[in-house]
Amino acid sequence: MSTQTKTKNYNYPDERGYYGQFGGKFVPEILIPAIQELEAEFNKAKNDPIFNDELAGLLDEYVGRPTKLTFANRLTEHYGKAKIYLKREDLCHTGAHKINNAIGQVLLARRMGKKRIIAETGAGQHGVATATACAKFGLECIVYMGEEDMVRQKLNVDRMRLMGAEVRSVTSGSRTLKDATNEAIRDWVTNVDTTFYIIGSVVGPHPYPMMVRHFHEVIGNEAKQQIHKVESRNPDYLLACVGGGSNAIGFFYPFIKDESVDIIGIEAAGFGVDSGKTAATMTKGTPGILHGSLSYLLQSDEGQIELAHSISAGLDYPGVGPEHAHLKDLGRVQYHAVTDEEAMNAVKLLSETEGIIPALETAHAFAWLEKLMPQTSEDEIVMINLSGRGDKDMGTISEYIREENN
Amino acid sequence: MNRIQHVFDNKKPDEKLMSLFITAGYPDLDSTVDLILRFEANGADIIELGMPFSDPLADGPTIQYSSDVAIKNGITMNKIFEIVEKVRKTSEIPIILMGYMNPVLRYGVSKFTRKAAEVGVDGLIIPDIPIEEDGIIKKQAEENDLDIIHLVAPNTSDERMKLADENSQGFVYCVSVTGVTGARDGDEVSKSVDRFIERVRANITLNPVMVGFGIRSHEDAQNIASNADGFIVGSALIDTIKQHYPKDNWQSELMSFVRSLKFGK
Repeated sequence: MSTQTKTKNYNYPDERGYYGQFGGKFVPEILIPAIQELEAEFNKAKNDPIFNDELAGLLDEYVGRPTKLTFANRLTEHYGKAKIYLKREDLCHTGAHKINNAIGQVLLARRMGKKRIIAETGAGQHGVATATACAKFGLECIVYMGEEDMVRQKLNVDRMRLMGAEVRSVTSGSRTLKDATNEAIRDWVTNVDTTFYIIGSVVGPHPYPMMVRHFHEVIGNEAKQQIHKVESRNPDYLLACVGGGSNAIGFFYPFIKDESVDIIGIEAAGFGVDSGKTAATMTKGTPGILHGSLSYLLQSDEGQIELAHSISAGLDYPGVGPEHAHLKDLGRVQYHAVTDEEAMNAVKLLSETEGIIPALETAHAFAWLEKLMPQTSEDEIVMINLSGRGDKDMGTISEYIREENN
Repeated sequence: MNRIQHVFDNKKPDEKLMSLFITAGYPDLDSTVDLILRFEANGADIIELGMPFSDPLADGPTIQYSSDVAIKNGITMNKIFEIVEKVRKTSEIPIILMGYMNPVLRYGVSKFTRKAAEVGVDGLIIPDIPIEEDGIIKKQAEENDLDIIHLVAPNTSDERMKLADENSQGFVYCVSVTGVTGARDGDEVSKSVDRFIERVRANITLNPVMVGFGIRSHEDAQNIASNADGFIVGSALIDTIKQHYPKDNWQSELMSFVRSLKFGK
């Protein structure tokens, strides 16, 4: 089958929760009843007009959707090639796309009568989004966060605590997102009857990758409508950053069957894909099982998970969502990686040309413009998902610039 | 005959079999063979040999710790097979490899099952392979006569218990509490466990049942396993090693703990 035919019939996951050879539910027996119940309830909820109306209402009046599509005129002039449009997820309440999913899953938790919410967080954006949604609905909220990330993202720790969440420091392993996820799963295993686990990316056992995609599809659906309104056509290129891959899948999904659209996902290369200090899972990884699903992983020859590195805490994860792994193998999405340094240059460029400070995660997508734009022409359109704003990263950014100047 | 079946067939009616878990390569690479042989000499009926994984998400801090140490010590899958091979020179105690799927997948499922059978492994416990995912290894395990042992927990439905029974060989592993591995207060475990084991007995009829999670004394074992065929101890052993290693008497302390688990004080 050609890539084209595969894409035209694209319909994943299958009933076992697989995206081609990736996905599945590799979890201890204790969690099986919970994920079965979750899948059944999600399938009911997504077809329930009452649930959908409530979600739509909250996205409108609380999250601030639809988010704008902004023409980046000075960034476009800078490259002098294709027109660049920005999908402004940075304008969502709490400053990133993560809130779309947090609100969706909190509504689901409430529907299932679960009053205790747990979450893992890396950059803190998913933790903040979850704490926000829990505050809004008066639910108990516990967020697991790696000790190292708590230092890098102190502002977000303070935000979560201010909204009444308990932030639990994770000191095992690399003390980052991977280990925070292990701890959250252990909590879930222990308190499975009372607790709803809100996973923040398109990772984890089925149905999570499918469910998180569903709650973020609004990004791509809005963007498609908006670009058609101003340009009367699809863009030629879509660009988004990929850690676990939630903003990217939400942005890409409504365009997957539109074969004229080139779709590009950008990972974090850290110090470089061959430096040993990288988070470029799709570029350097091999298939394996982590956190409940089969996907590409950074791992040793012995199958031990390797520590990822990225200047951006949100991309600092040795795995990736199973659907991205499948889209890579299908050839439908091209995945590339950019370094910490390239991402930091992109932060500066976007700040100077457009007056928008992007999150470090998001900056990785912008960094690829250096490679992409020379290949484009003036009558083409590039649309980028501006997944989050950079306020939370000001500490890291300032320190980087200070060191650079020394 | 399969060694696991053999020990259950020879069990006296009132006897509780004792299965002991030890992380391969903990506390150091050289002592694992000796520990297994001495466990057997001190009353162990079955050995569960842990294949360390960097991200053991169904385990508590104790097993995570022993796994981290073993990985730092340089444990590999081939070294685990060498350990089993050495034990088999003098012992016929059933050995079950227990660990997460990723290192097995990375080693290659066919190569892993072939090699395991070759060195004398009897069964596999892989906590992140529930019944619906066991296709990833089932056929290869069968071809090499390796038992696959599934787990059931207090929140497992009657229907799924039956399914676990049908899909397991050797025995079914009953997780006494919902939670991760780790030694617990005995009362906490035994309070709810009776009704669970009753349900297990009603639904699991093809295989013997072993109970694990939270056992740290002979009394715990007798209470928790009163209606089961035996009990499993893991974290309490690792905790004991952690407490005494590397003092000269760490092994004798450990073995007296092992004897007390099986026979009481």
